[in-house]
Amino acid sequence: MSSTAIRRTYGAVSALVLAFILLPLVVIVWVSFFANRILAFPASGYTLDWYARALATDSFRDGFVTSVETALFATAASLLIGIPASLGLVRGRFPGRDAIQTLLLAPMVVPGIVGGAALFIAYIEVEARLDLQIAGTLGGLLVAHTLIALPWTIRLVTASLASADRAIEEAAASLGASPLTVLRRVTLPAIRPGIVAAALFSFVISFIDLEKSIFLVGPGRTTLQIALVNYLEWSLDGTVAAVAAVQILIVGAALLISDRYARLSQVF
Amino acid sequence: MSTVALRSLVKRYGNVNAVDDITLDVAEGQLVALLGPSGCGKTTTLRMIGGFVEASAGSILIGGTDVTRLPPARRNIGFGFQSYALFPHMSVAQNVAFGLEMRRLPRAEIAQRVNQALDRVRLRAMADRLPKHLSGGQQQRVSLARALVIEPSLLLLDEPLSNLDAQLRGEMKLEIRQIQKAMGITTIFVTHDQDEALSIADRIVVMRSGRIEQDGTPESVFAAPRSRFVAEFMGVTNLLPGTFEASGCFRLTNGAAIRISDQAGAPERESVLAIRPERIRIARAGATPGPDDLPAEIEAATYRGLTVEYRLRTGSGLHLTARQPTPATGGPTMLEPGACIHIGVPTDACLLIPA
Repeated sequence: MSSTAIRRTYGAVSALVLAFILLPLVVIVWVSFFANRILAFPASGYTLDWYARALATDSFRDGFVTSVETALFATAASLLIGIPASLGLVRGRFPGRDAIQTLLLAPMVVPGIVGGAALFIAYIEVEARLDLQIAGTLGGLLVAHTLIALPWTIRLVTASLASADRAIEEAAASLGASPLTVLRRVTLPAIRPGIVAAALFSFVISFIDLEKSIFLVGPGRTTLQIALVNYLEWSLDGTVAAVAAVQILIVGAALLISDRYARLSQVF
Repeated sequence: MSTVALRSLVKRYGNVNAVDDITLDVAEGQLVALLGPSGCGKTTTLRMIGGFVEASAGSILIGGTDVTRLPPARRNIGFGFQSYALFPHMSVAQNVAFGLEMRRLPRAEIAQRVNQALDRVRLRAMADRLPKHLSGGQQQRVSLARALVIEPSLLLLDEPLSNLDAQLRGEMKLEIRQIQKAMGITTIFVTHDQDEALSIADRIVVMRSGRIEQDGTPESVFAAPRSRFVAEFMGVTNLLPGTFEASGCFRLTNGAAIRISDQAGAPERESVLAIRPERIRIARAGATPGPDDLPAEIEAATYRGLTVEYRLRTGSGLHLTARQPTPATGGPTMLEPGACIHIGVPTDACLLIPA
């Protein structure tokens, strides 16, 4: 086969895979405009009513607010813990360093539902011992989401730290900068793209989480994903599609922006 | 501007001494090249002086003050990195200003000194650019300006020219030398390139396996290498083991003899005869050979631009390399393999090195 033919075959296969991935997303956005009372083809007409309905539904509105608040908290907390942890992991030399880095891969291989169950059991155990309410509280949810975001933050920040030229820190030190000044004026600005990407990615990971949150939410406090699942139990109309379309927009935008700062493909 | 003194400096990694008992005194304003192959300990030595690597033993004195335990920030050293290590998020002017800001100088003085420093390296026009928009040579000059603007007592340069192409390297070499002389700043620079060391240093310290192998002026190290290692490093390709005899001849291990001294009566000793390839005289077929000349045959000829390198075999079976200026156009042609010639080795081109 000639190299042009090989390239064309690659191109065709890639296009097929991409279409396969994008098709459900495109379809859900499309049907969110259908006027049908139940999600079904073909469209009997087009309308924006489902978006209005979604906005008017309390569980979605509250769920959205809870999800955004939780994701913002998880992002801030995971940066606060993750950046110093990354510095230690990349710059430090201590026993167990490699083991920790391997452990941080765990969220990628452990199914979310298993992680959620584990967290729930752990919370119950702690509650039993400390006589403290954790599962079902906002605190419990925030801690869980911080744990969800943290590995990703550390992976993104360690990746950009590892690729930064160590010599610029030495240069700053030789010019008279104290270790703290080196960190503030040179190291952190140099890895800023990685930090921005980590923040956006942490937000997305927390925002879209369903499997872990489902164990941990309390009455009257659900995330948007759980509100969606609850709604789907009773009805299958365009409201769900409208909510999904809005989420696709938010998550897609966040991923596109973070990819501009740090190539996400290098992190996985 | 200060003197530098290294006293029995050691750096141990595990049970390997990367730097093994180095003692060195550098005079004020001197430009010293630490020269050696990779792994000889030259960079580790430089980084210990800079404060980036902790010394395992020994001490470092700058201007008479012991700085061995001081962090880099308190040594007042200008350091030029091989990768230039410019701060990627700061403009050229901000890079140069950094060291002055750390010294908490007034803003006006910083601006003035940054301009001066950029003028010195002819980069005033680039002051607002980011490093990534500069060429390699310009980045090198910014890194030099940044290191010098703090008026350090010592300038350290780690392979400053290795990332530049050949033409720029020549220009940069002159520029570093000229600035160093103009400021009179004591400088230590690390290189693996003997040409670089020979052409800009006041003094060359050849290192091998963490130790100083030879220390002297470029002329003396080039003309009188004291060991086989230094001779090879300085481009001496003909190193022949044998014995120096009382007659003034050098008896090679294969039995052949070369007259290397007019003086007879010196004590016999085992040594290595070093002959620089460019000092071997070639008498072409037809020319009258000198009385001590040896018949030889060209085995291979390599064209090298300004010179031609010949691989020779003498009548007694000795292999030698000779380098000759490339013949001018219209003159005699390059010798071809198989050509029979005579070679002469001037006695002053021979150097005896301890075996």
